[in-house]
Amino acid sequence: MSWSKDDMVRRAAAELEDGQYVNLGIGMPTEVANHLPADVRVVLHSENGLLGMGPFPYDDEVDPQIINAGKQTVTVLPGGSVFDSALSFAMIRGGHIDVAVLGGLEVACNGDLANWTVPGKMTTGMGGAMDLAAGARRVIVLQTHVAKDGKPKLVARLTLPPTALGCTARVITDLGVFDPAGDHFVCVERAPGVDEGQVRTGTGANVTF
Amino acid sequence: MIGKTKVRANAQEAMVGLRDGMRMMAGGFGLSGNAEHCIAEIARRRVTDLTVISNNCGNQGQGLAVLLKNRQIRRVVCSFVGGNPDLAEQYAAGTVEVELNPQGTLAERIRAGGAGLGGFYTPTGVGTVVAEGKEVRELDGRRYVLETPLRADYAIVRAAVGDVDGNLRFFRTARSFNPLCAMAAEVTVAEVDRLVGRGELDPDDVHLPGIFVDHIFEAREHANVIEHRTTRGPKP
Repeated sequence: MSWSKDDMVRRAAAELEDGQYVNLGIGMPTEVANHLPADVRVVLHSENGLLGMGPFPYDDEVDPQIINAGKQTVTVLPGGSVFDSALSFAMIRGGHIDVAVLGGLEVACNGDLANWTVPGKMTTGMGGAMDLAAGARRVIVLQTHVAKDGKPKLVARLTLPPTALGCTARVITDLGVFDPAGDHFVCVERAPGVDEGQVRTGTGANVTF
Repeated sequence: MIGKTKVRANAQEAMVGLRDGMRMMAGGFGLSGNAEHCIAEIARRRVTDLTVISNNCGNQGQGLAVLLKNRQIRRVVCSFVGGNPDLAEQYAAGTVEVELNPQGTLAERIRAGGAGLGGFYTPTGVGTVVAEGKEVRELDGRRYVLETPLRADYAIVRAAVGDVDGNLRFFRTARSFNPLCAMAAEVTVAEVDRLVGRGELDPDDVHLPGIFVDHIFEAREHANVIEHRTTRGPKP
């Protein structure tokens, strides 16, 4: 047994606190917005220049000039605001974004994160990933514990090009919750039915429990 | 206002001085907030060997990607090439050079160019490929990369409303890189959905003062292509 993608997203949503300003990365992290506890209201930031991002529009509300960083059509909630790209990234680098939930390819036990490119594959570019990783106050990475080929994605040292160094506060995987602690990971929580051996086998660095 | 009018009839009249080899800034994010008529005019005039500075160089074969298809672009300075098969193909073939920047660094480099700054130190990119060959300095215990300003010969921007003095007001997330690009070029052309008379834009509602705009024209029709139409279905 391990966590499903839905469970992982729910676990990530439980990390968020009422009143926080939050940026959700493209893909699985975007789903976190749909699983917030009822008593938690966060303000979603989209780095193309929007605070107070709402859900996808109804069919007749679609506006080509209201999009998120993934170029999907979205809405603006009452109390929201819009601004240019320089101001948007000033919010990120200036430490005004409380939490960024990002996808990951590899996280090292010293907190280094790789999530933007794989050598030998056509790159998409880093977009806003490096700014978010380096700038957000707390970076939570949401990724599977091992790659499709079985290679660990929690490692002692990155093998992929870094996005930012020492930036990751917490990693949520299908096996549990892990905090980078310098020369090892601390397993904060294990998914139901996952034992220590399974975590050790799937992790490319030392883990304490 | 005394002096020359900034108002032009259309993109053709507004886009004076286009030439081969220009450094061109283009506002917008993906296909949203693009100066569509300006892009079409550049395509029509067939100027080549362009350096384009823009977050994306068009997408899905549209927007600035039309200029890629026409082989008018030699170099692209951007943050993201995903969703752009024309750019991917020409980048892989080595016929177009691509300089990738973190998105916030790109925005701030353009802002710095327009604001007369010699550069800035940013924490973004420290320890990554982005910092290679650049000065890295420790300030107050944190490491920063020195990034240089970007300027251009020409900028094309889009706004929702503009007045005859070039004051601009943007709409929602179509703002993005538009006001930044407008500040950082020798010549800035603004394409506005609606052109209004002097005094019709309240000074407090001006997002970009007209000092940054050289030519302005109204274009009511836009394709406004949506890259990913995502909805939650019909209204209940």
